[in-house]
Amino acid sequence: MFVTKIVQKERPVLSEKAKAEIQKVMGYYPEDKAKSAILRILHIVEEEAGGWLSPDTMDMVAEMLQIEPIEVYEVATFYTMFNLVPVGKYVFEVCHTGPCMLVGSDNILDHLEEKLGINIGETTSDGMFTIQTTQCLGACGYGPMLQCGKYYHENLTPEKVDELIEACKRGEVTI
Amino acid sequence: MGVMGTKLLLEHIDVPGIETFEVYRKNGGYRSVEKALKTMSPTDVVEEVKKSGLKGRGGAGFPTGLKWSFLAKPEGIPRHLVCNADESEPGTFKDRYLMEHIPHLLIEGMIVSSFALGANLSYIYIRGEYIFVMDILEKAIEEAYANGFLGKNILGSGYDLDLRVSPGGGAYICGEETALLESLEGKRGNPRIKPPFPAVKGLWGRPTVVNNVESLATVVPIINLGAEEYGKFGTELSKGTKLISACGNLERPGVYEIDMSMTVEEFIYGDDWCRGIKNGKQLKALIPGGSSVPILPPHLITKTAKGDTRYMSYESLSDGGFITGSMLGSGGFIVFDEDQCIIKNTWNFSRFYAHESCGQCTPCREGTRWMENVLHRLEHGKGDMEDIALLEDVNKKIEGHTICPLGDAAAWPVAAAIRHFRDEFEWHALKPEEAIKRNFGMPRSVIV
Ligand SMILES: Cc1cc2nc3c(=O)[nH]c(=O)nc-3n(C[C@H](O)[C@H](O)[C@H](O)COP(=O)(O)O)c2cc1C
Ligand code: SF4
Ligand code: FES
Repeated sequence: MFVTKIVQKERPVLSEKAKAEIQKVMGYYPEDKAKSAILRILHIVEEEAGGWLSPDTMDMVAEMLQIEPIEVYEVATFYTMFNLVPVGKYVFEVCHTGPCMLVGSDNILDHLEEKLGINIGETTSDGMFTIQTTQCLGACGYGPMLQCGKYYHENLTPEKVDELIEACKRGEVTI
Repeated sequence: MGVMGTKLLLEHIDVPGIETFEVYRKNGGYRSVEKALKTMSPTDVVEEVKKSGLKGRGGAGFPTGLKWSFLAKPEGIPRHLVCNADESEPGTFKDRYLMEHIPHLLIEGMIVSSFALGANLSYIYIRGEYIFVMDILEKAIEEAYANGFLGKNILGSGYDLDLRVSPGGGAYICGEETALLESLEGKRGNPRIKPPFPAVKGLWGRPTVVNNVESLATVVPIINLGAEEYGKFGTELSKGTKLISACGNLERPGVYEIDMSMTVEEFIYGDDWCRGIKNGKQLKALIPGGSSVPILPPHLITKTAKGDTRYMSYESLSDGGFITGSMLGSGGFIVFDEDQCIIKNTWNFSRFYAHESCGQCTPCREGTRWMENVLHRLEHGKGDMEDIALLEDVNKKIEGHTICPLGDAAAWPVAAAIRHFRDEFEWHALKPEEAIKRNFGMPRSVIV
């Protein structure tokens, strides 16, 4: 299984806020069904751990939910939002599905690759930016678009992409 | 024509602050909860929804009231209502619009629906990428608790309801209702074999109803107006209004609430709606209901094969079946102008389905990959005429041979594209060098 190939890392130290949130969301399900909270917990923990899930991080989630580690790996490898290798601080997930392609997502991807000097799937050497492609994000009428962290950036043009990159460098973009 | 601009769901969408409980309530919000809990029995609500003719807005169009009446009610076992907010069908972005701008409408609809079904714990399963929408929903849910519309003994009726949001993690297949339930149980999103249906064995093995966001929101105007009044909108077979998310090469893409008696022509070209094709170009193709439904060539968009006017209704869009018609589906309305390549787009969608196949069934897992590869070849000037036959063959091998409808959803659009745009496919196969340099343009069916 490819999980064994990826980099090992110490367990992240969770903030008090994250711990409280995890406790709260586990309570959203009947007492013996806490496993249902796994996706939400993985999102919280991934954010705390710098944007990716190491095997150690996943083992920690298994302990929290009192389930086998394999049950966490199974889930983390199925859902595309989870990163199983380290990524940049700002991950640009560009939608490349039909409706966005009709309005120019190819150009946005080309522009990003050129501007950042990396290919799709790669991270800049300073660890700032990663480019990824993604399938339809439910913003088809406002394409081309990308998701960066929690938020959408829509109706993109090459100029808007340049502005976004600069704003990230200045630390002005909420993720 | 007077009813065309009627809005039953989005009436107050532009009121500043409508996302807050206070403003929403001032504009008539939560009246349907008062009406249902104080003056109706759960059975009355189910009957009203049945009478309204509401068809599921998630894509399949199954009658909502009928689905509710199938819910098993074994003694002592909790039942659940789960809202499907996975919205991942390419071209579809209406549920997000509704939840982002008027979250209380969904919550209101879920309270009335949960009451009708006797559910005391309900969930909104939302796609993981909509995490910013989840924040909006959770804020609204908190307000509803604080104002006594959720929690114990709602409005003194003795009815209790807890409502929670649960996120996915990025997987189109989790929109399929049994995959959704697996995911909500904290597992991989592999669809279950049916039967048993969720109405008998759903979430945690308990009787469960899964409904789309828009379906549940529509329960609000149905209860407020009454089924009879509601049924005056739309057509006999497509009662009420529908949210359409319009995208592609349009002057004014976006989410619109339409009366289903509107013509397709009016919707595409009307000043109040999409305002025509961007930059005055010609209309080459339309996918009216999300990427899974058949594509229509120019001569079958505003008119049916019989020459009748095409309407934005379930029955009119599907007139002609899969040969000369399509489907209203999820309301993901994708418009192509003359400069678009049908082969490129068909390949793009095949890549989507190959990427999203959960991998349980061989015909789907392998077949979607095959189609992606063959279409990629054709698009990049490396295909031949046999590839077109191969696509048709792979298509037949997937269709009807899989656990869930994703296999069909991947196969049908390819079949429709070949059926209606065969000249463009053959041109790619026969003139590959030209095909990589320029686009084919409009199909011959328009020129003759
Ligand atoms: C592959 C696949 C994806 C689906 N995605 C969605 C979706 O994103 N949202 C949705 O409401 N229904 C989706 N459906 C339909 C659901 O299975 C189900 O029919 C629907 O949620 C029922 O709600 P409704 O009757 O209110 O439409 C999908 C079905 C399939 C086969
Ligand atoms: S048809 Fe495809 S997506 Fe559906 S269960 Fe089979 S492999 Fe999974
Ligand atoms: S196709 Fe890009 S958001 Fe839907």
